[in-house]
Amino acid sequence: MGNARRVSTEINAGSMADIAFLLLIFFLVTTTIVEDKGVLVKLPPWSDTPPETQQLKSRNVFSVLVNAQNQLLVRGEPVKIGDLREKAKEFIINPEHRDDLSESPKNAIISLKNDRGTKYKTYLEVYNELMAAYNELRETEAQKRFGKHYDDLGNTQKKEINNDIPLVLSEAEPTSFGEESQ
Amino acid sequence: MSKFKKKRGAASPAISTASLPDIIFMLLFFFMVVTVLRDSELKLQVITPQATELTKLEKKSLVHYVYIGRPLKKYQEIYGTAPQIQLGDKFAQTWEIPAFVEEHRARVRESEIPAIITSMRVDGDITMGIVTDVKTQLRKARQYKVNYSAKQRSGKLQ
Repeated sequence: MGNARRVSTEINAGSMADIAFLLLIFFLVTTTIVEDKGVLVKLPPWSDTPPETQQLKSRNVFSVLVNAQNQLLVRGEPVKIGDLREKAKEFIINPEHRDDLSESPKNAIISLKNDRGTKYKTYLEVYNELMAAYNELRETEAQKRFGKHYDDLGNTQKKEINNDIPLVLSEAEPTSFGEESQ
Repeated sequence: MSKFKKKRGAASPAISTASLPDIIFMLLFFFMVVTVLRDSELKLQVITPQATELTKLEKKSLVHYVYIGRPLKKYQEIYGTAPQIQLGDKFAQTWEIPAFVEEHRARVRESEIPAIITSMRVDGDITMGIVTDVKTQLRKARQYKVNYSAKQRSGKLQ
């Protein structure tokens, strides 16, 4: 009796590992760790009528043109993508109060226009640099005002900063000089 | 001295493997949680560009994907090499996008509709023409939240 009981209580768990391994290998093979990250943007509403032309002071507009050869023209000057971020930051903040840069961050408007033949990669890089300029400015502002990272701020504090440094990025309808033939 | 030696020899050298399944199960659960079973087979070549200002997409049920890229080699005979759009698991035209968005809206709760995000997975070498057309269609469908899918860039921009 005692002997029989001892045998029945010991279940060999050695094969459990094998079963688990099998499942593990199945999931290893089927897994595709997708990078679900990206640049979040908000598109403007569509209207069939062309928007009214607004007269803006040219000092408040930071125009970025990208042509079909993926070259940049920023406020009439050719610029490398690597320099775009610093240029945009200087324009928005205008630390030396120059009269050809924006009056204040609240007035600053970034206007982006590309061609239908512009490479998507270039477009995204430009967009990314412009967003990075704003994010860096907001970060420094957050450090100055609250001594914290922008990401760690509460919603009201974030709103306060976003209100003072609003991201105004207007995209014009692309030109179609260099469109790839379909 | 000899006494100790004897004892050591007598002790069973077998290492208990009883905890091995637990370890394996832990790994298993990790992979089960991380796994996203891809629901659609990608028929286009999509290599997303790199960027730094990334936002993570949190709720999978509120995200739908629009792929833009050139067809893979095996589909090139039928669809050619020009950039194409893929919605779900089939090739599509730009005018099908509003219906695609509407179909997703019907599947989620009404209160969550404004939170729906379109994830655009676009190949870096595609020109903006087709991307602009897709954006226009999304705007017409009142789908304004868009995420340009990108990888984290580690190095500096040249």
